[in-house]
Amino acid sequence: MKIILTINNVKREVEISPSEFLLDVLRRLDYMSVKKGCDTGTCGVCTVLMDGKPVLSCSVLAASADGHEITTIEGLENDPEFKAISNALLEEGADQCGFCSPGLILNVYAMKKELKNPSEEDMKKYLVGNLCRCTGYVPQMRAIKKYFEVKA
Amino acid sequence: MKEVKRPIKKVDGYGLVSGKPVYTDDLAPKNSLVVKILRSPHAFARIKNIDVSKAEALEGVECVLTYKDVPKNRFTRAGQGYPEPSPYDKYILDEYVRYVGDEVAVVAARDEITAEKALKLLDVDYEVLEPVLDFEKSKGSKSIIHPEDDYQSEVFVSSDPKNNIAATYEMSIGDVEGEIEKSDVVIKERFYTQAQAHVMMEPHAAYSYIDMQGRLVIVSSTQVPFHVRRILARALDLPIKKIRVIKPRVGGGFGGKQAIHGEPYVALVTLKTGKPAKVYYTRKEVFESTYTRHPMRFDVTIGADKNGKINVIDVRGLSDTGAYGEHALTTFMVAGSKVLPMYNKVKAVRFGGDVVYTNHAPAGAYRGYGAIQANFAIESAMDMLAYKLNMDPVKLREINMIREKETSPIFKIMGEGREGVDMIVRSCKLDECVEKGAKKIDWENKFKTKKEGKKVKGVGMAIAMQGSGIAKIDMGAATLKLNEDGSFNLLIGATDIGTGSDTILSQIAAEVLNVPTESIIPYSSDTDVTPFDVGAYASSTTYVSGNAVRIAAEKMKEEIIKAGAEYFEVSENEVEFDGKEIKAGERKITLKKLAEVLYYNENQKQLSTTGSYVGEESPPPFMAGYAEVEVDTETGKVDLLNYVAVVDCGTPINPNLAKVQVEGGLAQGIGMAMYEEVKYDKNGRLLTNNLMNYKIPSRVDIKKLNVELVDSYEPTGPFGAKSVGEIGIDTPPAAIANAIYNAVGVRIKDLPITPEKVLRALKEKK
Repeated sequence: MKIILTINNVKREVEISPSEFLLDVLRRLDYMSVKKGCDTGTCGVCTVLMDGKPVLSCSVLAASADGHEITTIEGLENDPEFKAISNALLEEGADQCGFCSPGLILNVYAMKKELKNPSEEDMKKYLVGNLCRCTGYVPQMRAIKKYFEVKA
Repeated sequence: MKEVKRPIKKVDGYGLVSGKPVYTDDLAPKNSLVVKILRSPHAFARIKNIDVSKAEALEGVECVLTYKDVPKNRFTRAGQGYPEPSPYDKYILDEYVRYVGDEVAVVAARDEITAEKALKLLDVDYEVLEPVLDFEKSKGSKSIIHPEDDYQSEVFVSSDPKNNIAATYEMSIGDVEGEIEKSDVVIKERFYTQAQAHVMMEPHAAYSYIDMQGRLVIVSSTQVPFHVRRILARALDLPIKKIRVIKPRVGGGFGGKQAIHGEPYVALVTLKTGKPAKVYYTRKEVFESTYTRHPMRFDVTIGADKNGKINVIDVRGLSDTGAYGEHALTTFMVAGSKVLPMYNKVKAVRFGGDVVYTNHAPAGAYRGYGAIQANFAIESAMDMLAYKLNMDPVKLREINMIREKETSPIFKIMGEGREGVDMIVRSCKLDECVEKGAKKIDWENKFKTKKEGKKVKGVGMAIAMQGSGIAKIDMGAATLKLNEDGSFNLLIGATDIGTGSDTILSQIAAEVLNVPTESIIPYSSDTDVTPFDVGAYASSTTYVSGNAVRIAAEKMKEEIIKAGAEYFEVSENEVEFDGKEIKAGERKITLKKLAEVLYYNENQKQLSTTGSYVGEESPPPFMAGYAEVEVDTETGKVDLLNYVAVVDCGTPINPNLAKVQVEGGLAQGIGMAMYEEVKYDKNGRLLTNNLMNYKIPSRVDIKKLNVELVDSYEPTGPFGAKSVGEIGIDTPPAAIANAIYNAVGVRIKDLPITPEKVLRALKEKK
């Protein structure tokens, strides 16, 4: 079947199979920032924004994304918010293996738009679905707090 | 120092955070055949017959392989040095399957859906055998997991497959029985540690193709590209020169990728079909069919005099290596060699036991590598000894622990798989770690506070050591190449798996050459291009590969001075190089200009140097870990309020990255202490085969980690550095168990420490 996806502001017609998930379609279309980590919607590395809201692309049927706007990290590279978040992470050395970074950054990006003056606990709850095995989360949280402080 | 001791950003960081296609699966050719593996539903079985005809007939299937189609060379998947300290007990595909998840057959198809369909069309007839699922009953069981005639292992491994023993080790110093007899206070306790899964975020992945010279190229998410090349050569019966292994960016490893996993399957498919082939493990496959941490049991006896002076430590261990003996001997030896030397003033010490096979998923390398298991046992037992002596546990450590300039006879007796090396601990700030940690957690007050109420707080501590590479075995090498603009390529066999080693190795080269780190372009690791390195394991990269880089850079500096002398037509001792300019008296030339001259104008040549390093010693990093917990006495729930870690890793090359290594290690250790457990049903089927059933700490579980690196300088390390990759994981199990005891007086001796266990213990106490 054919669907229309607007990916990073570019509208395209995509041929998909009805059982395909958005994650597999995006990777097939070369949006390699979207990672496959767990197959069960538990790890967060496949996070993308659908109409500005974070979703787990491994759990969204591609067919149901028909007509929606999808944002991946590839689409944010020139966005000053992306630059600020990623720079904060890099300054803390919180990128490490980097496999969870694009998903985490998209979620922080969405959190910034959604929450006003979140506490650390609010942030942790918002980002709880983004698992990381390298950093122990602490340096990531240092970075994210700094990003919010600078912006506030 | 300008470039080292500096918290610069990771050189690969921007590419990672901006989601560039840099991991194995991102790079696989679009026309790769998709490889899927049929896995055993039985814990132990013999394949009587496989009918592949229906799968082969399916449109789009290009290749089906069974045990009848693969080379019959016993090998070990463990990515270690050579000769290997793990038994050669594995075929690429075997007539026997030894755990639920073991490989039965391989299918390659033009797409994933077809490959999965084809798996379902394979018709396998199994003779189901009686599995061994209890490691305490494995030795001498009537079910023999490795009955094969061509089982081999090196003599020093002491395998006895007919009794399900993969490896055995025994050592003893002094009169153990006599010292126990003479001791005023004796602790004798049994401890268990569980299987833990690595859960690196990137699953195992590999792809392969044939290059224009007809050679096999493997791109793999691996910690050990050079070992992968050697092991594949053996398994596939190919000369090493016919194989090239490339490691792109790796999404974490923690030991789980110190092995070969999918590589032989894609390689065989490519060899049979001539086409590129890729494999990307599902998370279920990662859980079921790669590695876990070796579960272990320890019987610990400690004898001390009434003043708290420890006379004797006796540890009897039993380790479960699962279906294959990967890292069996070495993890077991590390359980002794990376814990016991901390108590170097004992008169007698003994360590020994068996590593047995079971029909569980194979155990393998995992950060901490035996040390975390024994640390839990011994540091828990130390805490029990302190209470029995009515002595502060901190004081007990202070009386008995190793100090700078001291040694332990264990260093010489126990290496990894073989004899170790005699060494003096040249840098050891363990005393400072203990003291600072106690202050930071407010031990003095919190340890003695009266414990009462529904929710009770307590503190506990543990000390730990690890190593820095495997002395006299692990070799790392690095090549520096001057470019015409004055920049340098740094070619390293060392394998950055997310740790930041490309960055710190570049910092080391830059420091020696007195150039900015941005002038160094690191490339790791590719068996065709970079010099040899054993890979990312055993806390070796900073120390071993770092020293190799230092040597390569020192040689490069000499080469530049030599080239400058030739340019100015003076002797070398009249020439200076400050990183920017080469000077001889009044005359000077920039490095950039000299490089250009050397490339194009006069006396043309390439400046290129290589350094190799093998540690004569393995200087241990040390740390003290302090946990503060709050135990809910009505539910048994334990909250870890704060974890203080004070670490001596020598002088950190990049303090940020060193600190993150510790923080990440702590979280993984906390996971092992409180949350994580690989569980099987009664038939040996894995219950914890996804991230919903296998719980790793999330962001809300990790409250406060307070990490400090103390000032320390290791004279044999590059710019004073020791390793830091593993040490952070070691203390949480014991420190948390000890804190729970301090809070509520119950002692949990088997990991993980779940609310159920705490509550049960609380009820039994009443």
